[in-house]
Amino acid sequence: MRKVQLLIVGAGPAGLSAGIEAARAGVQVTIIDENLRPGGQLFKQIHKFFGSRVHNAGVRGFRIGEKLLQETRELGVEVLLGYPVYGIFPGGEVVYGSADGVKQLQAEKIILATGANENNLCFEGSVLPGVMTAGAAQTMINLHHVLPGQRVVMVGSGNVGLIVSYQLLQAGARVEAVVEAGPAIGGYGVHAGKLKRAGVPFYLSHTVQRAMGTTEVEAVELVELDHFKAIPGTEKIIEADTVCMAVGLTPMTELASLCGCELVESRGLGGLVPVHDHDMRTTNPNVYIAGDISGVEEASTAMEEGRLAGTAAAESLGYIPAKEAARRKEEIHGRLDLLRSGQFGARRAQAKIEIERSFAQIKRGGEVR
Amino acid sequence: MSRWIPEGPGIPDAQRRARGPVACIECFQQIPCNPCEEACPRGAITVGDEITSLPHLDTEKCNGCGLCMTRCPGLAIFTVDESCGEGKARVSFPYEYVPLPEKGSRIDCTDREGHFVTEGTVYQVRESKAFDHTAIVTVEIPREYSMDVRFIVRPAPTDSEEVNPDA
Repeated sequence: MRKVQLLIVGAGPAGLSAGIEAARAGVQVTIIDENLRPGGQLFKQIHKFFGSRVHNAGVRGFRIGEKLLQETRELGVEVLLGYPVYGIFPGGEVVYGSADGVKQLQAEKIILATGANENNLCFEGSVLPGVMTAGAAQTMINLHHVLPGQRVVMVGSGNVGLIVSYQLLQAGARVEAVVEAGPAIGGYGVHAGKLKRAGVPFYLSHTVQRAMGTTEVEAVELVELDHFKAIPGTEKIIEADTVCMAVGLTPMTELASLCGCELVESRGLGGLVPVHDHDMRTTNPNVYIAGDISGVEEASTAMEEGRLAGTAAAESLGYIPAKEAARRKEEIHGRLDLLRSGQFGARRAQAKIEIERSFAQIKRGGEVR
Repeated sequence: MSRWIPEGPGIPDAQRRARGPVACIECFQQIPCNPCEEACPRGAITVGDEITSLPHLDTEKCNGCGLCMTRCPGLAIFTVDESCGEGKARVSFPYEYVPLPEKGSRIDCTDREGHFVTEGTVYQVRESKAFDHTAIVTVEIPREYSMDVRFIVRPAPTDSEEVNPDA
């Protein structure tokens, strides 16, 4: 069976960053991704990123993706595309699909950077053509240059809903409404400001009750909510041909589960996530995680977590002396702390602390394999 | 139209606005972000080590050049110039749509909520490779609306600019 030192599952911002960091230290790295193109969601991100210079702030996401790909090429990182990983077995045996059928390889260390899945809502008419996730609409406009529709209702006002709404406007669609079940806009005020200036109406304390139409979406019925309960008689109908859902994401933890990694429920980070320590190591000592699988955040945090996991994996393989590794990891943690500060980041910072606490508890209980 | 006049460490006072072009940083939430700080060639914007701090504008150092406008990922920086005489003011804002408004054209100007405020004239449209596809549009409007007008009614795409002409 083919042997690799470090296998990274997922070629998004976290996986690529992890690969770059480990390869720089001298580790032989293979990255595998089921998609035909690398970069994860980065190449859909046409907006300028937040953060500071060390986080590539002010740079459009897809340009950061180009830079990461360039670096992986220069470092000779192997990137296998179109290959879904089916399973990971004890001893680091990895089974994956390829053009030549099912294959196996053996990895000394594994970093899971599988990302997250978009959540869906179920309502009358939610199976009509025209109802899709915000991410799907973003793929259509920014990767394939196709408008999903002319008149869009966006459900969810977190940063994903706000950013994709703005990009739909840029692509030439009309955004008829941004609908938010909570009493306040979820994402950054400045993102919402772009939409408001363009005249997009916001419906706070509202949800979509049904999508109407016979063969496709023709209109959307909204209803006002009182503490998330529909208020009868407040229904309003908005003509639209597209409904986009931006109602959160859920970490993709299936492979971590197969590896025997302990999972913990983290409300602040999108659901069940693999328990991990300060180095992104799971309760399976040969498996690390990075990016949205470890809790849904942003591409900027995913890249830093990738660097952290890549450094820690390289250290455990003997490629970085402990003292030097500690210095690098501390630097990365400093940058992560910056991204998790302020009114929006504090909750995620707290959730991460709780996960590390769970790790310590499990370790004390002797459950680490 | 809303007549909300923002206040904060990035907002110049009326006296300063009357003296000539100046930035107006409408960033009011603690988000981890500081590209505006290094965008300013005159060192007029300070965020500091705590990158969630709100940007502070030194209105004496700021000359309203607008370089910060194209670096702000939130598109939250504007410039205001109330010194152009004849009861006029010029308001500049970042613009990331096609087509760009045409210089010299009459245009409906809107407030932060997208509501109509006044008609104005497109005074200038600036583009540069360094702006990375964020243009700066300047409109000339009656001076009394200088702190209200923040955008325009976007000109409709012509056929050749349709993103998806088959739709």
